[in-house]
Amino acid sequence: MAEAKLRQDPYNLIITGVGGQGNVLASRMLGNVLTSQGLWVTIGETFGASQRGGSVMSHLRVSAQGSWSPQIPAGRAHMVLALEPLEALRVLVTYGNPETKAIVNNRPILPMAAIAGKSQYPEGQQLRDMLAQLTAQSWSIPATDRAMELGASIYANIIMIGALSATGDLPVSRQGFQDELERALGPAKVATNLEAFDLGLAMVRG
Amino acid sequence: MAEQRRTMMGNQAITQGALEAGVRVAAGYPGTPSSEIIQNLADAAAEHDLYVEWSINEKVSLEVAAAASLAGLRSLCAMKQNGVNVASDFLLHLAGSGVRAGMVLVHCDDPGALSSVNEGESRHFARMLELPQLEPGDFQEAKDMTKWAFELSEAIGNLVMLRSVTRLSHASGGVVPGTIPAPQGRARFDHHGTLLDQGHGPVSSSPVGLKHRRQQEKLKKAVELFETSPFNTYAGPEAPELLVITSSICNLYVKEALALLGLAERVGVLKLGTTWPLPPKLLQRNLERCERVLIVEEVIPFLEENVKIAAAEMAGEIGAKRFHGKRDGTIPASGELNPDIVIKALAGLLEVPYQARPAAYDRLAGELAPQATQERELAFCPGCPHRASFWSLKEALALDARDGFICGDIGCYSLAMRPTGYGMLKTLHAMGSGAGMASGFGQLGRFGMDQPVMAVSGDSTFYHAVIPALINAVHQKSPMSLVVLDNSGTAMTGFQPHPGTQANAMGQPVPPVDIEAVCRSLGAEVTVCDPFDLEATRRAAVELLADQSTAKVLILRQLCALSPQRKGYKPYDVWVDQDKCLGDQCGCNRLCTRVFGCPGLAWEKESGKARIDEVICAGCGVCASICPQGAILKSERA
Repeated sequence: MAEAKLRQDPYNLIITGVGGQGNVLASRMLGNVLTSQGLWVTIGETFGASQRGGSVMSHLRVSAQGSWSPQIPAGRAHMVLALEPLEALRVLVTYGNPETKAIVNNRPILPMAAIAGKSQYPEGQQLRDMLAQLTAQSWSIPATDRAMELGASIYANIIMIGALSATGDLPVSRQGFQDELERALGPAKVATNLEAFDLGLAMVRG
Repeated sequence: MAEQRRTMMGNQAITQGALEAGVRVAAGYPGTPSSEIIQNLADAAAEHDLYVEWSINEKVSLEVAAAASLAGLRSLCAMKQNGVNVASDFLLHLAGSGVRAGMVLVHCDDPGALSSVNEGESRHFARMLELPQLEPGDFQEAKDMTKWAFELSEAIGNLVMLRSVTRLSHASGGVVPGTIPAPQGRARFDHHGTLLDQGHGPVSSSPVGLKHRRQQEKLKKAVELFETSPFNTYAGPEAPELLVITSSICNLYVKEALALLGLAERVGVLKLGTTWPLPPKLLQRNLERCERVLIVEEVIPFLEENVKIAAAEMAGEIGAKRFHGKRDGTIPASGELNPDIVIKALAGLLEVPYQARPAAYDRLAGELAPQATQERELAFCPGCPHRASFWSLKEALALDARDGFICGDIGCYSLAMRPTGYGMLKTLHAMGSGAGMASGFGQLGRFGMDQPVMAVSGDSTFYHAVIPALINAVHQKSPMSLVVLDNSGTAMTGFQPHPGTQANAMGQPVPPVDIEAVCRSLGAEVTVCDPFDLEATRRAAVELLADQSTAKVLILRQLCALSPQRKGYKPYDVWVDQDKCLGDQCGCNRLCTRVFGCPGLAWEKESGKARIDEVICAGCGVCASICPQGAILKSERA
């Protein structure tokens, strides 16, 4: 099998969000699509905080060479795929650099302290400004809102993967994703998920 | 034709290795990060003719696996670090008696305590019990070493320990799978020989003197094999400026650090896959390379101390070395490692500058950090029955007004030490320790203690370690209350079956062991409640506290919000009537959002009122019972 070429090797992708958002599923699906291209993928996941409410993160290392550490070194992310906006900021502060790009689902999930009125969740525009300062390029997309229109918030993950595919940074083709959907979820679920993928793709391509 | 490389979780790779070795029996008790090993084998049981079980606890699981080995079938046992403590009593005996068919104990440590309330090291058991210890250094090795561990076990006639860690077990990487042999062999336990005949006689660690000497001979044989093991590798220049000795996932951290620092030409890496006992010839050959040695490992300085002992023994041949690691503070002595920690250690020792990103970006990130780092406190899930249970227990203890308290133990409900369970747990230790400690606190009335004591346990924990504690409390007439938070599954680790469920690990129907009937048969008074019925639960808890003449049990039974039966199912539509909600004018001091603490509720800044977040709400409807204005409404969904 011909090995796909990468702009950076290893290419470091962080998928972040809040426990229960389907972060792990998204990282596995992406990992499988990339592995089927002949690439080595190492995935490190946060399992400890998988209860709803905790910050969770998956580190994907994509390489033509071999396995890398399942933890990306600080300041070395190429792309941040954030299912929640505050989590995008949290990840960039530690793992970002001037070249880092970010795709951010714009729907906040309030930390318990913010729900209880003990802390303040940043305003939307303020948060977008901070993200812009920490990235070379960033996209803020209404993934959860569109997912709800498709029937369930969990489709937000797939919309995000579609958006990532549109950047062209990683070889995640629509066909490769469709093959993985059929393998992982069975044919019955392919249509809606592909619709979600296309929605995400269009949001970044414009 | 060789199979294609796949991305596998470390635990999946271990499973694959066991299957390739022809494992026939596997047993364990769920515990993060080990749980997927038994789960994956259970899923493969029908296809490959295995017997797989989730045992009641780790000691029993080891006994079950040992039986298979003695009957001539390869067997595997898997557990997390705490489990080795539980199993250690039998483990000591088994190490002395030896095994027959290959037997492997996979023990998974949790450096950094990502999913534990300790970061205990289980490698020291290998040294203490004189068993060989293997540690895979990446995903491919996780598979290959597991397979080889069975061969090693048979070569020496004893159990082999294989250690994984969270970042290997739960991370994923490239693995080329091999072929899985057709199942073969018939089980038969041969016991007609003499006590000294390991292959055919009765099995025991006695006569101790002879068996112990024999065990040490087995270990020597293992060391001989380790000397030429392909799992011990050296990479780097012939005479490096620094020799790094490492094992397990730290191997990949070292690789990363050397690549980023550009030190591959200056530093040599001895990656050890066989970490106990250390093979002396291999060690000598590598220690001779240079004068300075850095040891990179998690968590305690196990490798470091053993290498130093070996270096002292061979000092005449290799001369004095300068060691860096945990003992001199080059590597932190607690917590999980990562590439950055190793980068810092290596950059410091070799005086190489490293800057991950421009200083200006660092400054900017530092300025924005206070916004970014606001903590996401872990919380019970929306719809979690534990939130409702602790709400009622909190009220009952307040009504009782004698400063009573709750002793906790291990499960999702351990989170009740934090705000999500209103900080209700006042002790938190091992599985079943809440009940055992409550049994002890209950006896202290004679010394003037007038606080009532409760213990909580989950259903799986009840079977694992609470039953003996409850028997103790009944027998000692200890006035304590045990609250069993029965959410019908081992929820924290992914819904593995336990003796209360109606199917076993392999999905076959089994008779459920009824917690209520067990408690009654032990002589405890038992009440059963639905925790979502806040009023009834509070009343039951108050009654329990009022009469503490004997040990009593309250079973709070309600399905876990994430259980397969409940997931995706909302029993109620829940909403806030914006006219009835008085917001800050109510006088309730935001009871719903500030105190009750369900992530499905939110406080709307603009309106100054509560609302339900429909993306998050699980529709349990409990919050409708707590609003003093009756502003939270629910209606059953069709």
